[in-house]
Amino acid sequence: MLEIRNLHAKVDGREILQGLDLVINAGEMHAIMGPNGSGKSTLSYVLAGRDGYEVTAGSVLFEGHDLLALKPEERARAGIFLAFQYPVEVPGVPSATFLKTAVNAVRKARGEKEYDAFEFLKLMKAKRDALGMSEDMLKRPLNVGFSGGEKKRNEVLQMALLEPRFMVLDETDSGLDVDALRVVAAGINALRRADRAMLVITHYQRLLDHVRPDVVHILSKGRIVRSGGPELALELEAKGFAGVMPGAAA
Amino acid sequence: MAETPVLTRAEENAAQIDALVNEKYRYGFVTDIDSDFAPKGLNEDIVRFISAKKNEPEWLLEWRLKAFRFWLSLGEDEPGWANLRYPKIDYQDAYYYAAPKQAAGPKSLDEVDPELLKTYEKLGIPLAERAALAGVAVDAVFDSVSVATTFKDKLAAMGIIFCSISEAVREHPELVRRYLGSVVPYGDNFFATLNSAVFTDGSFVYVPKGTRCPMELSTYFRINAAKTGQFERTLIIADEGSYVSYLEGCTAPMRDENQLHAAVVELVALDDAEIKYSTVQNWYPGDADGKGGIYNFVTKRGACRGRNSKISWTQVETGSAITWKYPSCILQGDNSVGEFYSIAVTNNFQQADTGTKMIHIGKNTSSRIISKGISAGRSSATYRGLVRIQAGAEGARNHTQCDSLLIGAKCAAHTVPYIESRNPSARVEHEATTSKISEDQLFYCRSRGIAQEDAVALIVNGFCREVLQALPMEFAVEAQKLVGVSLEGSVG
Amino acid sequence: MAALARKPATTIPFGYGAEAVARPNEPAWLTSKRAAARAVLAAGLPSPRVESWKYTNLQAFATQAFAMLSDGPADAPLALLKQTTIDRPSHRVVFVDGRFAPALSNVGAVPSGVTIRSLDDAISSDEFVVARRFGALADASSNAIAALNAAHGSGGVVIALARGASLTEPVHLVFIATASDRAMAFHPRVLIEAGEGSALTLIESHVSEAGAYWSNPVAEIAVARDATVRHWTLQDQARDATHLALNAVSLAQGARYESVLLAIGAGLARHEFDVAIEGEHAEVSLDGGYLIGGTQHSDHTTRIVHKVGHASTREVYKGVLDGRARGVFQGTIVVEPGADKTDAHQLSRTLMLSVGAEADAKPELMIYADDVKCSHGASSGALDPAQLFYLRSRGIGEAAARALLVEGFIAETIERIADEKVRAYFTRAAGDGLRAHGGALS
Repeated sequence: MLEIRNLHAKVDGREILQGLDLVINAGEMHAIMGPNGSGKSTLSYVLAGRDGYEVTAGSVLFEGHDLLALKPEERARAGIFLAFQYPVEVPGVPSATFLKTAVNAVRKARGEKEYDAFEFLKLMKAKRDALGMSEDMLKRPLNVGFSGGEKKRNEVLQMALLEPRFMVLDETDSGLDVDALRVVAAGINALRRADRAMLVITHYQRLLDHVRPDVVHILSKGRIVRSGGPELALELEAKGFAGVMPGAAA
Repeated sequence: MAETPVLTRAEENAAQIDALVNEKYRYGFVTDIDSDFAPKGLNEDIVRFISAKKNEPEWLLEWRLKAFRFWLSLGEDEPGWANLRYPKIDYQDAYYYAAPKQAAGPKSLDEVDPELLKTYEKLGIPLAERAALAGVAVDAVFDSVSVATTFKDKLAAMGIIFCSISEAVREHPELVRRYLGSVVPYGDNFFATLNSAVFTDGSFVYVPKGTRCPMELSTYFRINAAKTGQFERTLIIADEGSYVSYLEGCTAPMRDENQLHAAVVELVALDDAEIKYSTVQNWYPGDADGKGGIYNFVTKRGACRGRNSKISWTQVETGSAITWKYPSCILQGDNSVGEFYSIAVTNNFQQADTGTKMIHIGKNTSSRIISKGISAGRSSATYRGLVRIQAGAEGARNHTQCDSLLIGAKCAAHTVPYIESRNPSARVEHEATTSKISEDQLFYCRSRGIAQEDAVALIVNGFCREVLQALPMEFAVEAQKLVGVSLEGSVG
Repeated sequence: MAALARKPATTIPFGYGAEAVARPNEPAWLTSKRAAARAVLAAGLPSPRVESWKYTNLQAFATQAFAMLSDGPADAPLALLKQTTIDRPSHRVVFVDGRFAPALSNVGAVPSGVTIRSLDDAISSDEFVVARRFGALADASSNAIAALNAAHGSGGVVIALARGASLTEPVHLVFIATASDRAMAFHPRVLIEAGEGSALTLIESHVSEAGAYWSNPVAEIAVARDATVRHWTLQDQARDATHLALNAVSLAQGARYESVLLAIGAGLARHEFDVAIEGEHAEVSLDGGYLIGGTQHSDHTTRIVHKVGHASTREVYKGVLDGRARGVFQGTIVVEPGADKTDAHQLSRTLMLSVGAEADAKPELMIYADDVKCSHGASSGALDPAQLFYLRSRGIGEAAARALLVEGFIAETIERIADEKVRAYFTRAAGDGLRAHGGALS
């Protein structure tokens, strides 16, 4: 589904990604772990198409198409979804308005019928309840005054509504207490399907206790230096990043 | 059920914005109609001509002449303090009266020239009552004259007078004489003085004691004739314990030369009365190169004369090449309330210098100002406001919030508040911010599939939300669309 | 909202004739600057129709006559010398009635690369340098206070720090006015050049015996790349005095200018700041406090121009108005085209203690660049009744509670002074000022 080959990317003139290779097939969940500054967030922004993240070499194919040629909104419409580490506050725009605008923009691009107010309300209510979000929250301006947990739930809600094919979850566990983590993880698990894939970016094992990846990668200095099964995450938790680097004493 | 309005708004948002971003000024057409013109230029004869055309009583002609002579004494001394640059206006190179030829004072819509009815239909303001927006009565002013007023009889049955000011001069001279110029005296300022001399038509509203006007009253101003200035005068009186909500809309054809619009609006609220005055100003703003457009020099002022009276101004200013406008409240009555909610959008070469004055005289008077300025292109938007607390305004309160949003590196936004307090028990608070749409916000929206232009419209509408909410629903939708259209092409 | 126009004043407050233009032993360039400034003033002092003078009317002042001291300075009263003594070492430069008083000064030893000289001394040893700096920042053609000072200028001080030089002790400029049978006028000029990477702390005290006089100090402060100037000013003059002051400042890249001004005295006072940010990453911080009563008028007019981006301004003014006093705050922040990433925030707060006081504020943002974060806030009102009640419910008498709250209000300004001893000096002055306006406080 997603094929990253020899990806090099610069931010503010500094090369952060230095030849990253990664292939993710439909139905799979991969996790990327790595120390601060290893390029985790850069990878997520490059995939979502943020300005200022300059790809200097390499390619990213999404279902055989050149992902890097697309604008951010075109990627979203094609089925890429980035759950932000720090969701942005947009004063004055009610969350519900934002959600409906986005959902209908994506549906329209996919040739699907746009929802009318009533249909959307029904859909949103169902998804919202599953995430334990209040009706009131969605009337408030987008992410403004939301707690860390509320922001992350809102990200997962958006993900559920936009029905993407490939999801990148950037440190979705940060800032969550145990209960919120469980709710968010359940939301993520509910979205796993044979025709979808996910890339979970995280610093810690704790999210992986709730969502079980098929493959775990260690990212260091902009490259994947080691890959393995879920047990690699546990090993990392026990030994720290230095301990799991190739060449480290076993 | 409480969720529905949010989603209704959301629905409108999504559906409309797509259609709108590709839309230009849609009111730029010209109606082909025979008109009567006064000779070009400005002199005492023109003032007499206008007064005679309207069969005015002697006192009104005298008042006009006094104003005209005073205006002459001002020389060419237009107010120079505003943050506006425009070439000198040649007051002799314009027509001061233009009216469609038709049987004078049509008694019913059947007598109105079908060409005019078609024009208003095209503007989205059907005048036939069966087709009209439910709950909105309209006075249609075309160039210098009112061509039709709807629902007049229905309102008259309740004692509410809603007619053109020319008709009011004839039918209700005592009311007009008592209040005309009582809020904005003829010598108030250069443009108000000019208006007092040559005003042609406008609306008149009187709501009797204890009456709540059951529908929105609305005037739709249309400039059609070339080289013609529009000088309308509106007078609204809300008698004790009454309420009225009044809406005003304006459009004009696209022309290469600039046209002058210098209106005066006077509001009077007596004890316990409330007037809500909303404007969606969409005069032709000129083209993308700054050619053409309306010069909009307007004096609007309301007097809260009575105890517990309230005047609320809401404006959405998207049109005009030049906007010079400060809808104000004189808070004389104890406990009276003044409000000013404003959105001013400038794009391309537009310039706006707009704001309000809140003059606190009575005890426990309060005022609230929310101003949202959005500048794009090479335009410039200035908020200029005065809050004055007189020594006797015990317990007065003011809160002002002025925010400016900049889109693009070549525009300008200025905030110039004047805050004068002479009473220690008064509390005055002013806050202002200037910022741009953040890249983070844009990227976030785009990463959810929303196109760049739509994301801008979404964020801008969010920025303006507090003001849009103050508008009557019918206008809020229109205003929201306008804001999006006005900013078209400003990003990317 | 008035048009820009100048109305001629009926009487020009010169008090000395045109023959005084050329002074003995004065270099030609100074005479010509003086003449140019006089030409500007010939049109009269700005009237309230001039936008920037809307709230401060000089017309009554313009009819007063003033005299200038032509010979050496009188001795200063001991009480004032003591009053201006700060309990820490400093390079002390004293002016009495507008004249440099070497006998009362104690400049002391300065490190190499630093010079502190009277204006006359500086002209005789470094004439061309002084000629270049004089009027470079304080523009007499556009600023009335600069023009008045240039036209009548009478001495001053020149402080120069070479690249990397720094003074560990502050320079303390003390301006003393003595009682006199004639109303005197003083127009000192302070020229400061803080070279690259240098650091200077400047303290200014303006004090006097009772009486009418006119003080008109102008400082021109050039802060070079990465240099820091801290500037702490106390204006505590007689209630009959007129004080028209200007600080014109320019900042190069990475430069810092921090000012704390406490204005207590003078019947009519205007304190202007004109700050030009010429280099990126420069930082400006202006704090102002004013504490006035009776019929005092205290005007604080600041203009900060961000000519380049990536620089920041922080400005906080706090006023306490008692009696029939009038406080004016006019703060303009200009962000010029291209000055992106400007971060500028301004706040004006006024506390009104009595009926008859008046607070006028005009905080202005003029923004010509889009990628900026700018804000301003202004508020005025009485003491918070809830705070007052809280204190009283804890057994504090009403007068004491009010005084405590007012002191706390103004203390926020004084706390910006980084030096404990100087802070104590300002706090003492504020306390005396508060007691002087005891009327509404007791």
